[in-house]
Amino acid sequence: MDIKAYIALSLVLFSIGMVGILMRRNAIIIFMCVELMLNAVNLLLVAFSKMHAVGEAAKALPTVASDAQIFVFFIMVVAAAEVSVGLAIIVMLYRNTHSIDVNFLNRLKN
Amino acid sequence: MNNVLDIVWLIPLLPLIGFLVNGMGRKVLPKSVSGFFGSLVVLAAFLLSCLVFIQVKNGQTHTAHLFDFIRIDSLKIGFEFTIDQLSSLFLLIITGIGFLIHVYSTAYMHDEPAPDFAKYFAYLNLFVFSMLLLVMGGNLVVMFIGWEGVGLCSYLLIGYWFKKNDYTNAAKKAFVMNRIGDLGFLLAIFWLIAKTGHVDYQTIFSQATLDKLSQADITGITLLLFLGATGKSAQIPLYTWLPDAMAGPTPVSALIHAATMVTAGIYMVARSHALFSLAEFTQTIIAITGLATALLAASIAIRQNDIKKVLAYSTVSQLGFMFLALGTGNYVAAVFHVLTHAFFKALMFLGSGSVIHAMGGEQDIRKMGGLHKHMKVTSITFFIGCLAIAGIPGFSGFFSKDEILAGTYAHAPWMFALALFAALMTAFYMFRLYILTFTGTFRGSEEQEQHLHESPSAMTIPLVVLAVLSVVGGYIGIPAALGGNHWLAAFLKPATGEVAHHLDHGTEYALMGISTLLVLASIGFAWFKFKSYQAEDEPTGFAKILVYKWYVDEFYDAAIVKPIRSVSGIFDRLIEKKGIDGFVNGIGRAVNYGGRQLRWLQSGQVGAYILLMVIGMLLLFIIQFYL
Repeated sequence: MDIKAYIALSLVLFSIGMVGILMRRNAIIIFMCVELMLNAVNLLLVAFSKMHAVGEAAKALPTVASDAQIFVFFIMVVAAAEVSVGLAIIVMLYRNTHSIDVNFLNRLKN
Repeated sequence: MNNVLDIVWLIPLLPLIGFLVNGMGRKVLPKSVSGFFGSLVVLAAFLLSCLVFIQVKNGQTHTAHLFDFIRIDSLKIGFEFTIDQLSSLFLLIITGIGFLIHVYSTAYMHDEPAPDFAKYFAYLNLFVFSMLLLVMGGNLVVMFIGWEGVGLCSYLLIGYWFKKNDYTNAAKKAFVMNRIGDLGFLLAIFWLIAKTGHVDYQTIFSQATLDKLSQADITGITLLLFLGATGKSAQIPLYTWLPDAMAGPTPVSALIHAATMVTAGIYMVARSHALFSLAEFTQTIIAITGLATALLAASIAIRQNDIKKVLAYSTVSQLGFMFLALGTGNYVAAVFHVLTHAFFKALMFLGSGSVIHAMGGEQDIRKMGGLHKHMKVTSITFFIGCLAIAGIPGFSGFFSKDEILAGTYAHAPWMFALALFAALMTAFYMFRLYILTFTGTFRGSEEQEQHLHESPSAMTIPLVVLAVLSVVGGYIGIPAALGGNHWLAAFLKPATGEVAHHLDHGTEYALMGISTLLVLASIGFAWFKFKSYQAEDEPTGFAKILVYKWYVDEFYDAAIVKPIRSVSGIFDRLIEKKGIDGFVNGIGRAVNYGGRQLRWLQSGQVGAYILLMVIGMLLLFIIQFYL
C-alpha cells in the first residue's frame, strides 16, 4: 500500500486529536485526544519503518526496520505511565471542584 | 649610620608614623599620649633635619632614589628626595617651627575631648608630612603629591570645628581655591613631560633641557606654575581663602602661615628658578602680582577688627613681598623673607592665640585693650614680632625686607615706591593691632577681665623661642653694605644662583634710611591715632571699602559663583532631571506599561494556552520550511 495513505490517516488522526484538545472542556476527552495524537505518531512511525525495511537502506543498516518499532513501544510505555498520572490528576480535580471541566482551573490568570 | 643623608627618608616618615598612630588610635589614646607623641615625631624630624643641614652646609648634597613611582614607556618618574641647600633650609623651618606649634597646641587645644585632640594632632602631623614631601621631593611629581597633601590638610584643619557651617564653608573655599591653582601646576607638569619627557629637577633645569624648550614653552610653563603658586601662596586672584582660613584653630593658622602651605609657592618658584629666570614676561607678571597683593592686602588689614584677620591679611601682604622678590629675580631675598617671616608670623599667630585663649574666645580687638599688664610675656613677644615685621633695624624683618626693597629698587624704582608704601602700611596696621590689643584700657566685659591670665608655659615657651629667633634670625643675611657677608646668600648660591642686582653702598644706605625713617613715622602715626581709642561709628566712604575688603569676595560671588550656580541649575533641570533621570525612569515605565498590556495573555484558560502553543509551533514550521 502506498505510504501516502498512512501519512494521510495519521495526519487526520493527529488533527482530530489536536482539535479535540483545543475545543473540548472535558478533561477526560482531552486526555483521550492526547492519546489519539500519540497513536497517530505511532502509526506514522510504524508505516515509515515498514517502508524503509526493503531495498538498499535495509541492506546497509539491518536494524533500520526494528528501530522505529522499538521506539513505538517506548512511546506506548511512556503513554501508559502518563495515563496513570493523568487519571490521578483528573480524580483529584474532580474531588476538589466536583467537575472535570478544565476551564474551572483558571485561578492563575492575570 | 655613617652618613645621615642616607636616611633622609626618615624625616617625612616620622610625621607620617605620628599621623597613623594618632589617627588610628584616636579612640584609645589619652590626650597626654597623643599630644606628646605627635610633638615627639616632629622633634625627631627636626633633629634629623639639623643633622642633614650640617651635612649640606659642609657641601654635600644628595638625591635619594627610593623606588620607581611611575613607569610608562620611556617616561620614568622615581620617588626620590633631593636634599640641597634650599630644601634643607626649608626642612629646618618646617620641622622647627612645626615642633613649636605642636608643643603650643598641646596647651591651646587642651579643652578638646580626647578623640578630637588626637585627630587634631594626626592632621597636624599629616600636614608636616605633606609639607616635607613637597620640599624634599626630587621631582615635580613628588612635589605635587605633597602639594596636594597640604591642600587636603588645610581643608581638614580649617574645618576642624566642622559643626559650624561657616567653618566648613571656609574649609571648602580653601580647598576649591587651591584646586584652581593645582590645576595650573598639573598642566605645567604635563607640558614639561610632553616637551622634555622628564620631571626631575636635575634634568629639566639642566642647560640641555632648557635649550629644547622654546620661549613660548617656558613662558607658558612658568605662568602655569605661577598659577599654582598663587593658589597655595594666596596671591591675587586666589588669595581670598587665606583670610577665611582663620576659621581653624589658631595654631593651625600659625602652621599654615608660617611653616607650611603658603611658603610652598615661594619654594616652588625658587626651586624652578632656572626656568623662571628665562621667562621675562612671567617675571614681570609675578612682580606685579606680588606688588598688587602686598598693597591690596595691607590696605585691607588696616581696617580689620578681628585679631586673626589682621594677621591673615598681613601674611598675604608679606607673601606679596616675597613674590615681588621672586619676580625681580631676587630668589635669595624671597627665601630669606620666608625664613624671617616664618619666625615672626608664627610668633604673632601664637601670640594672638594666647590672647584669644585669655579672652575666652574673643577675637575682636575693639573689645580688648590693656592686656599688657595681664599677660606680659605674650605682650612683649608680640611687640618684638611687630618690630620685626615692621622692619625696625636690628630685627630680622628689617634685613629681609630691606633686601627685597633694595632688589626692587634696582629692578624698577616705581615698584620700590609702591612696595615701600605697602611696608609703611604694614608697620601702621601692625602697631594699630598692638596698641588696640595690649595698651590703653580694657574695653571688654567685666567677666572677661576677671578671666584674663597669662597662658601656660607650653604656650609661652614657644613664644619666647620664636621671639628670640625673630630678633636674631636676620643676622644670617647681613648685607655687604652693613659690613656683613650675607651668609645665607653664600649658602643658597648653589641652589638659587647669584643675586641679580648690585647697588652701590651709598644707594643702599639711602634706601635703608628712607624706609626706616618712614616706618618710624608710620608707627608714630599709629600710636598718635590709636593711643586713646574709643569705639567708633560705622565707617563710611573709602574706609568702608577697606572694611569690606574691596568687595573682592562679593565680586567673585557675583562674577563666578552665581553664574556657575545658575548654569548648574539649568544643567540640573535639563540634563540631570529630564535627560538622565528621564531616560532611566522611562525604561522602567516602558517595562511596566508593556507588562500591563501583555497581562491579558495569561487568561487561566488551559485551552488558550494550548492554542497559543499550537500557533507557535505552526509558526516555527512555517519559518523552518517556507522561509
